[in-house]
Amino acid sequence: MSTPRPRIRLSATDISAGEVIDVRTLISHTMETGNRRDGDGNLVPRNIIHTFRAEYDGEVVFEAAMEPAISANPYMQFNVAPRRSGTLRLIWLTDDGLEITAEEAITVS
Amino acid sequence: MHVDLTRRQALAVAGAAVAMLSTGAFVGPASAANDARDQLLAFTGGVEPQMGRVALDMPEIAENGNAVPMNVIVDSPMTDEDHVRRLMILADGNPSPAVATFHFSPLAGVAQANTRIRLGGTQNVLAVAEMSDGSFFMDVREVKVTIGGCGG
Repeated sequence: MSTPRPRIRLSATDISAGEVIDVRTLISHTMETGNRRDGDGNLVPRNIIHTFRAEYDGEVVFEAAMEPAISANPYMQFNVAPRRSGTLRLIWLTDDGLEITAEEAITVS
Repeated sequence: MHVDLTRRQALAVAGAAVAMLSTGAFVGPASAANDARDQLLAFTGGVEPQMGRVALDMPEIAENGNAVPMNVIVDSPMTDEDHVRRLMILADGNPSPAVATFHFSPLAGVAQANTRIRLGGTQNVLAVAEMSDGSFFMDVREVKVTIGGCGG
């Protein structure tokens, strides 16, 4: 499976201090629960995105520890209120060792 | 009326509904299908959460349990001194109760998360927040699921 490319939408990337940015993310992933059987009756091994993390200049803003009860192609929406210009880094970690990252620059004036 | 029943179910799940149960007014699933209550108490360190401050928004009826929209927001100023630390989501009718645990920092500005979850059938969804002062608050919603969504 190729590395899924996340889709990210910020309500704004150029804000004044004190403003809150709404961040919406979507990533393609089956979020295989480990409870499902294939056509031959064998259990399909669990493989999910177990962690989603948002960091702003290295400081953790929001983190989601995800279980198989999170739907396939996980959508995650949260907020960030930067006090200075910097970089929002988004990280998805999968059971099979993938690390998918994306970055968004934010300007605070 | 619906809200009232939901609150009662919430209290039952939280184990604080002895008085209400004795009125015979309890309506809802006879018992949880999993150890949601144990997980809740493990999260709170045995403390019974208070109802309030957490607003869990879910549809009353979900046609497809594979992707049920969930929004949760916690009433908090999100300052260094007073913020939400963690927010745990539990589903008391899934094979396993844990859905997600969100960690917040004051840098989030607003303690809110929105995602889509799998529900294997009609059940209660709980959202339990840990505040920076160590107190716990919760909300609960019953979601009626037409087609379950646990891959089975």
